[in-house]
Amino acid sequence: MSNRRPKVYVTRRVPPDGLEILRPHCEITQWDSEKPVPRAELIRQIAGKDALFCLLTDKIDGEVLNAAGPQLKCIGTMSVGYDHIDMTECRERNIPVGFTPDVLTNATAELTVGLLLATSRRLIEASQSVREGGWGTWDPCWMLGHGLDGSTVGVVGLGRIGMAVARRLAPFGVKRFLYSGHSPKNEANEIGAEFVDFDDLLSNSDFVLGCCALTKENQGLFDKDAFSKMKSNAIFVNTSRGGLVNQTDLYQALVNHQIAAAGLDVTSPEPLPTDSPLLTLKNCVILPHIGSATEMARGAMSALTGRNILSFLRGEEMPCRIK
Amino acid sequence: MSKPFVFVSRVPPPRGMELIEEFCTVKAMRDDRFITRQEMLEGVVGVEGILCHPPDKVDKEVLDIAGKSLKSVSTMSVGLEHIDLTECKARGISVGYTPGVLTDATAETTVSLLLATSRRLKEAFSAVVDGGWGTWENGLYLCGKTLLESTVGIVGLGRIGLAVAKRLQPFGVQKFLYSGNTKKEWASEINAEFVSFERLLGESDFVIACCSMNKDNMGLFNKSAFSKMKNNAIFINTSRGVLVNQEDLYDALKLGTILAAGLDVTSPEPLPREHPLHTLKNCVITPHIGSATVYARNAMAELAAKNLIAGLKGKRLPSPVPQ
Repeated sequence: MSNRRPKVYVTRRVPPDGLEILRPHCEITQWDSEKPVPRAELIRQIAGKDALFCLLTDKIDGEVLNAAGPQLKCIGTMSVGYDHIDMTECRERNIPVGFTPDVLTNATAELTVGLLLATSRRLIEASQSVREGGWGTWDPCWMLGHGLDGSTVGVVGLGRIGMAVARRLAPFGVKRFLYSGHSPKNEANEIGAEFVDFDDLLSNSDFVLGCCALTKENQGLFDKDAFSKMKSNAIFVNTSRGGLVNQTDLYQALVNHQIAAAGLDVTSPEPLPTDSPLLTLKNCVILPHIGSATEMARGAMSALTGRNILSFLRGEEMPCRIK
Repeated sequence: MSKPFVFVSRVPPPRGMELIEEFCTVKAMRDDRFITRQEMLEGVVGVEGILCHPPDKVDKEVLDIAGKSLKSVSTMSVGLEHIDLTECKARGISVGYTPGVLTDATAETTVSLLLATSRRLKEAFSAVVDGGWGTWENGLYLCGKTLLESTVGIVGLGRIGLAVAKRLQPFGVQKFLYSGNTKKEWASEINAEFVSFERLLGESDFVIACCSMNKDNMGLFNKSAFSKMKNNAIFINTSRGVLVNQEDLYDALKLGTILAAGLDVTSPEPLPREHPLHTLKNCVITPHIGSATVYARNAMAELAAKNLIAGLKGKRLPSPVPQ
């Protein structure tokens, strides 16, 4: 590190935790807004910087890296996903990229359960009917939902988040946990989850949860074929990546009552256009990618990003570097 | 011998109705709406049994009009405020209710409502539908409150309160407090500490009302109570609307005395569409769907039917009201 303080560009207004870590040692330039930095501004501001603190809404490709110049030493993204970063370009230029796994697991698992319950117990539909005048007095057969008690829950991808979700669902009286993926996981024993193939999971589950990372191989995994294998009372919840789901097929599956309902925290694209047919369905709940949206998680993500950047600038290992 | 003559104030789900029709001659309100007082008074003349649910009042007037033939009253609820238990007892009329079978569904609704409130799902969903998501892709401004490391205060650790606490445990709650008239031995199942109501209010991040209603706790949650709560605390009520002074709640939410509230019960029900509580972003209201699952409602119906029939036969009720 040279005598001058390193220059860091921060692409958004972020929780102060990360900035407080960097400020004593670095000169910070920041796009201080809630909205994403326009690309032209990013390209202008990254010139001459030593490090970049960015978000998943910032596309970091060859053009941006060229604009930065050869003195750019590292990048920290305040996210666990990194499909917005051209990792090939970064590796070729020897620019390490830090990310934020783990610190957002609890918040995301909590939101996944919240979304599942809002979908299965028709909370949004029910609270809207309150405003719209659909609420009469107590009626034994109105607005009935599907309880978790006695159900079979299928987790597609029993990783950190999948396990954290399953632990939270256990005391609701889930009878059976199933999971699918590349290989069995030891942690599954903690909740007695059975490793099955994807088709078995689909045909046996009352709740199907998309918790796996998005790869080239599983794009559109949840398609017409998958929905046709699911139970007609099944609830589908996806909080991983929009690309896992074929949204046209999902719409058809919901309209034709092939499955009971769906809850999505992620879509393609994001944001979802307001004229999307999915938004016309009472049995489809969509949230604007708020999985990790707690102050605790966002603060921790900001802090970890700050630490990822500062460590490397000081010649140390990044706490969380993308391999 | 002829079948006993009963009045059913609203046709219950099939598992209950089938049993009743097998054993009784039924006069039932079959319309898809609540019964009026007049219809109740006309319906009960000369009957031997009444199947009802809140808010159908079974008071002295109803009992007088029913006449000496009335032997058995059965409510499809765990709440009993609509029935004059003293009068029924004095007249030797058995009264049955449906605790237990709705505990899981109601506890699930309570957690669902808590998460919908704490993670701001109503606002989040609105942002998707009305294009608010378009202006801040990342939802940084929908950061919500997490259960992780929180203190949860349960006012009334009965069956439902305990079931709620068990479901909240794996979310990383640090401490459970509870208040009420007496200590409960089952509190040890969740390591909950018995404290005064004031202390619960002062220390809890989440205050959950799970107590039954009686003449002493109407309006328990009033200006004084809200002022004792933390200003980042969330209040959840899934027990009875009259526990809450709604004007005081409105003020508390508007002024930021507390962070947010989730209500599954109000006074009256339905809450009129013009009520100011509907205008608050930090107030989520659902239309008394606590026990609204297919399983729970059928189980309640079956138990209510069995209570009714046992009373008609002069036998011990599966679930008589507490004496």
